[in-house]
Amino acid sequence: MQTICLSTPLSDEALRTLKAGDKVLISGTIYTARDAAHKRLVDLLERGDQLPVELQGQIIYYSGPTPPKPGMVIGSAGPTSSYRMDPYTPKLIENGLKGMIGKGPRGNEVISAIKKHKAAYFAATGGVAALLSRTVKACQVVAYEDLGTEAIHKLEVEGFPAIVINDIEGNDLYRDGKEKYQDR
Amino acid sequence: MREISTDKITNVIEKLCIDSNTVLGDDVLDAIRQAHKQEESEVGKEILCQFLDNAALARDQELPLCQDTGLAVVFVELGQDVHLVGGDLETAINEGVHRGYINGYLRKSSLDPIKRENYGDNTPAIIHIEIVPGDKLKISVATKGFGAENMSKVVLFPPATGIDGIKRFVVERVEKAGANACPPVIVGIGLGGNLEKAALIAKKSLLRPIGMRHPDPEIARIEEDILTEINKLGIGPQGLGGSVTALDVHIETYPTHIGSLPVAVNLQCHCHRHKEQLI
Repeated sequence: MQTICLSTPLSDEALRTLKAGDKVLISGTIYTARDAAHKRLVDLLERGDQLPVELQGQIIYYSGPTPPKPGMVIGSAGPTSSYRMDPYTPKLIENGLKGMIGKGPRGNEVISAIKKHKAAYFAATGGVAALLSRTVKACQVVAYEDLGTEAIHKLEVEGFPAIVINDIEGNDLYRDGKEKYQDR
Repeated sequence: MREISTDKITNVIEKLCIDSNTVLGDDVLDAIRQAHKQEESEVGKEILCQFLDNAALARDQELPLCQDTGLAVVFVELGQDVHLVGGDLETAINEGVHRGYINGYLRKSSLDPIKRENYGDNTPAIIHIEIVPGDKLKISVATKGFGAENMSKVVLFPPATGIDGIKRFVVERVEKAGANACPPVIVGIGLGGNLEKAALIAKKSLLRPIGMRHPDPEIARIEEDILTEINKLGIGPQGLGGSVTALDVHIETYPTHIGSLPVAVNLQCHCHRHKEQLI
């Protein structure tokens, strides 16, 4: 197992080297979006309209942060369960999205889209949001401000820790990890 | 009759909402340290260390442990010799939740289920009031995230399902929940009653300190059996594979009907947040 430093936007070359189980430290711009923002993004794509953010090569982080305390850049911001975004994710991947950060397994259509369009799905540790927020250096709401915590936040992160779950070869760390420790 | 002002209740609720979201209980911390000793996976061990680091950071800087600061679930045990003065109880509780979530910089997640419009202050709370003997008022606030809540389930089985059937159902539920419930989980089981009673006692069982067995030895043995089976699943911390999938299993029971065997499983993530105060 290796630790890889990644920067956004993700290059095809970087995505080719990632393997399920690799630990990564992500730096650069990432965008938060949860259920409500995903619905709006996919509605726009289906109507053929332009998205409010450029997703080519980018990463979406499934997170709805707490409000920042005075003097802080962001509150606590950990990952939410990814399966809820499954109905929308293949469409976003088809339109250039290259990475997703969340927690929990993805459906077959998402895993197929990751393989077909050369993307990656990463998990961050759930329930350690205070710790993860320390890697966020800047935060700005860039779309859907009316959604509050569910708005799209543009984050600048330095060394955001995650682990590769699904890679371009179709591997799945949740499946393989569980099999390794089952009935021991 | 002992008088308690509803202002006092509001202040207590505000404090419990903030404390539960920023300070992890000693029983949870001890269970995570214990899990670290048992865990065979190196990645799993690292994740358990992250839990402890996060808890220390959140406590020291008064930050939410998790961004999902939950819906506020408020259990009130109201002594029948208490006379509440200054307003009505439900309004006092919701005012406390409102203040706690605003003043504590906690996330506001409550919204209209149809319109999906956020109310902006995380009210109303989910309130359970029980009238008990005495002149005290006990308030418990569980700020429960929905990663694990969404993976919970109630089934009204036929009696023939038996204890073995219940065990299989609970283990299967934890397996299906996998990484979504943020393991290692605490498993709350409500056994008996009816549809809503099973769900309620499953949730209440989560308020019992981790590591404390049910006082009935037969039920305690079932708790231990289920815990052993769950930890054979291999799911591990955060579902990445490992030997600790659950920190504990708690069962609460209630008499049921001759024609039914209700079972509720309420899953609790590792970031188990609840605080109590006696007034």
